[in-house]
Amino acid sequence: MFKRLGWLIALFLLAPVTSAFGADKLDTGDTAWMIVSTALVMMMTPAGLALFYGGLSRYKNMLNTFAMTFVSYCLASVIWMLWGYTLSFGPSQGGFIGGLSHVFLGGIGVDSLTGTIPTFVFVLFQMTFAGITVALVLGAIVDRMKFSSWIVFAVLWLTVVYFPVCHWVWGGGWMGAMGALDFAGGTVVHINAGMAGLVLCLVLGKRIGYGKEAMFPSSISLTAIGAALLWFGWFGFNAGSELAADGVAASAFLVTNTSAAIAALTWMFAEWILDDKPTVLGLASGIVAGLVAITPAAGFVSLSGALIIGIGAGIIGYLSVAVLKQRLGFDDSLDAFGVHGMCGIWGALATGLFANPAISGSAGLFYGNPKQLWIQFISILATAAYSGIMTLILVYVTKAITGGIRVTEDDEVKGLDSSLHGERGFEII
Amino acid sequence: MKKIEAIIKPFKLDDVKEALNEVGIQGMTISEVKGYGRQKGHKEIYRGAEYVVDFIPKVKIEVVVDSDQAEKVVEKIMAAANTGKIGDGKIFVFEIEEAIRVRTGEKGSDAI
Repeated sequence: MFKRLGWLIALFLLAPVTSAFGADKLDTGDTAWMIVSTALVMMMTPAGLALFYGGLSRYKNMLNTFAMTFVSYCLASVIWMLWGYTLSFGPSQGGFIGGLSHVFLGGIGVDSLTGTIPTFVFVLFQMTFAGITVALVLGAIVDRMKFSSWIVFAVLWLTVVYFPVCHWVWGGGWMGAMGALDFAGGTVVHINAGMAGLVLCLVLGKRIGYGKEAMFPSSISLTAIGAALLWFGWFGFNAGSELAADGVAASAFLVTNTSAAIAALTWMFAEWILDDKPTVLGLASGIVAGLVAITPAAGFVSLSGALIIGIGAGIIGYLSVAVLKQRLGFDDSLDAFGVHGMCGIWGALATGLFANPAISGSAGLFYGNPKQLWIQFISILATAAYSGIMTLILVYVTKAITGGIRVTEDDEVKGLDSSLHGERGFEII
Repeated sequence: MKKIEAIIKPFKLDDVKEALNEVGIQGMTISEVKGYGRQKGHKEIYRGAEYVVDFIPKVKIEVVVDSDQAEKVVEKIMAAANTGKIGDGKIFVFEIEEAIRVRTGEKGSDAI
């Protein structure tokens, strides 16, 4: 997303600069769009993701899934303001992490600008990304993790994993400096969350009865509504990552929608051919897979790139959850790794293939810049390795703090809604 | 007196009820039940995870009639609930020892 700074400089050099594009002047159009984008991305977590994940969890664990999603967003909202923003966007400390000059948002006022928008808007926009990233992780471990452990883990994970990785890519860190292209969070959000989910579910172990008893989703209807809200919010996520209301934002909007649509169709047809029926869950999953894959590429690829990225996402997503997971036998309950990790990796690589200089000046392999693919590969590897290793350490730290991370067998069988929250998601006679 | 218990496909309930009304049956008890016989269950696939659903929803009708009516009632139910396909259900006939109307204390045929 901070490619924009580069374009600003280019614009200064190449074209007669209009005052609206001055880097230190507020633009009301950009500001209005970014406020709306921020609200759109906010909705993705407690509405979109909560319904998407809640509908997929079992009827007895639906409220617990909602609770974990809501609490993730609340925790991220608070700690982002206290120390998250400064660790991500403070003055770079060797390219690894931001300095502490903006703890408690120190030094930022109503007149502070980031590009053409108030820094407060930028702070909030970025906060919503931290919120959804940590919430994405929980898809891997629903139905069995202690709520207290989730809270401790979420705070630790944001601080030790998300903030540094965010800094690497967008905050002036080494990955951005290396030239890695990540428009709206393929590495920072999706690969990061997918890897963390994978590690967490491997340490936590399978759900009781996994592979033996039927584990029906509580409501595919809610999951479908959740997918629709995610799709809607994703326009803020991707087109908003331009940080301006301009042509690149419009292009990002367009390719985001196209990729989601064709990925949904691809997943649906793959299922129809291989599993006999076109399911609503397949459509909903395909939408999310397509959105994930286009995220890093949104401001860099044109329509043709988006179509290929979407088709790839539909196939890779479907194979990851329906074939790969079943073969390997790990219990990534709602496929945080299968959808976000795998399609995030595909999207980050595809950005290195299809980045079209006509969109925002960056070229991928198919536009004569093979080096970009290598840079993308390094950024994927580094993010996955860092996220995986640090998550593993943090899981054990959490375990020590909360005395185990898994609920008792009794509670798990009874269901977490009742045993942890004392509530029920449905009243069915 | 006999009790006739019929387990049928849910969408056939209205047809059966009307057929029984035609032969003068004044009341019945129904319940939604689940089970399987030769029809077996079906499978559902969620993201590649295949679950077999053994128990299929059915409707159970219970009706108590005079012994001489029983055969006709059974025929009516059979005719109304029949689709010719596997899974149409079953009918069981029981001997009833006594029937009592709670409000008045009437017994036997008067109570049904």
